[in-house]
Amino acid sequence: MCLGIPGRITAITDPGAMLATVDVSGIRRTVDVQCVAEPGRPLDDLIGRWALVHVGFAMALVDEEEARATLALLETLGEAEAERDAMRLTADLDRGEAA
Amino acid sequence: MSVWDGFKDAALGRSLVERIAERLDALGATERQPVRLMEVCGGHTHSIFRYGLATVLPPALEFLHGPGCPVCVLPMGRIDDCVAIAEDPRVIFTTFGDAMRVPGSRKSLMQAKADGADIRMVYSPLDALALARRNPDREVVFFGLGFETTMPSTALTVLRAEAEGIANFSLFSQHVTIIPTLKAVLDTPGLTVDGFIGPGHVSMVIGLRPYRFIAETYRKPFVVAGFEPVDVLQSVWMLLGRIAEGRPVIENQYGRVVPEDGNQRARAAMDAVFEERERCEWRGLGSIDRSGVRIRDRYARFDAERRFSVGGAVVADPQACQCGEVLTGTLKPWQCRLFGNGCSPETPVGALMVSSEGACAAWYQYGGARRGAA
Repeated sequence: MCLGIPGRITAITDPGAMLATVDVSGIRRTVDVQCVAEPGRPLDDLIGRWALVHVGFAMALVDEEEARATLALLETLGEAEAERDAMRLTADLDRGEAA
Repeated sequence: MSVWDGFKDAALGRSLVERIAERLDALGATERQPVRLMEVCGGHTHSIFRYGLATVLPPALEFLHGPGCPVCVLPMGRIDDCVAIAEDPRVIFTTFGDAMRVPGSRKSLMQAKADGADIRMVYSPLDALALARRNPDREVVFFGLGFETTMPSTALTVLRAEAEGIANFSLFSQHVTIIPTLKAVLDTPGLTVDGFIGPGHVSMVIGLRPYRFIAETYRKPFVVAGFEPVDVLQSVWMLLGRIAEGRPVIENQYGRVVPEDGNQRARAAMDAVFEERERCEWRGLGSIDRSGVRIRDRYARFDAERRFSVGGAVVADPQACQCGEVLTGTLKPWQCRLFGNGCSPETPVGALMVSSEGACAAWYQYGGARRGAA
């Protein structure tokens, strides 16, 4: 919950609501990207970028090397699996939202 | 297996440990009179234990495990309020899984769920909002907890609920803020801290400026740190340097994630939705003035505390618990009379045993063999 997890932004699903799809170690999840949107630039610029995701909100953009290092750290701490479990747990709700 | 096996860069780790030892020697620190650094954030506590950092560093350095795990400082009275709301048959009560096993005075949320309350673990407050959309005839309550790391997410969810006109969603705010917490630590009588390993993700939101008083008023150095073991070691090395120079400053070791000014949008959302509470209860620490936030009047209809009549009673910690002494570093986790003696991660009595980021759970999991070392 507090450490978050890095994921890659793969699509902007709802530009008005500032929602995107983020791929977190193979799990796709709708994420709010308003805290990492760059003022004056289209949201599509975020596609392909890595972000640190905290409880469904992208909170910081990071480079790929940092993202991979953080993922490895979270795997070691057992936190990555906990995050993925929490995401899987609510996958139904999330799909409902994306649809 | 060596401690260094887990390191991405063991050579760097070793070299940092050597340089830390040199600085400790130069400071004249000893096992009996160690330099005491507090890691504020539970994420750092977890990393320090998982990587055995206390075992590779000289005993002239002591880590104090600070109060920065929000699950660990959840007081029983607030859990009781959550259970009372959750037991209302109109309610779907949603929470991060971390809070499920925190004991209340009657029961935990886990026990309340087993007893039939509709309690659901969610990944995000956005999931709670989705449940509210799908269940217009139910009241969906989200249990918001955490420091400034998670506070923007609940604030933004409230703003989203308002924008969409979702009337059956509300938030129970148990958010706490880092600055009053640090002040309380610094003002604790008899507690000596020589420097702070600052929280990474709280700082990603609030930036570095709010910490200035720690250097200016309390004359302590403060380094915002990443969570890799080498990040922690580098931060320790930086802190020792500032201590040696007698130059307390606020520094950022985690610049790859933490911007100087934090995240403007996140801060704006928090400011819009939340205001200070005069008092906030903490498990183990008692009441800390202005350390919690509640929902502003403008968003009163999203405030679960106003929508449901909750007792709001302050419930004393279990008498045998010594969480407070552990939180302020006067006791090591294993020195608590309940440690492994009725209180374990499976059956926690104190909240420090609940979360993997709590000092007691971390010690229980990783520290058993290392008692003498830290």
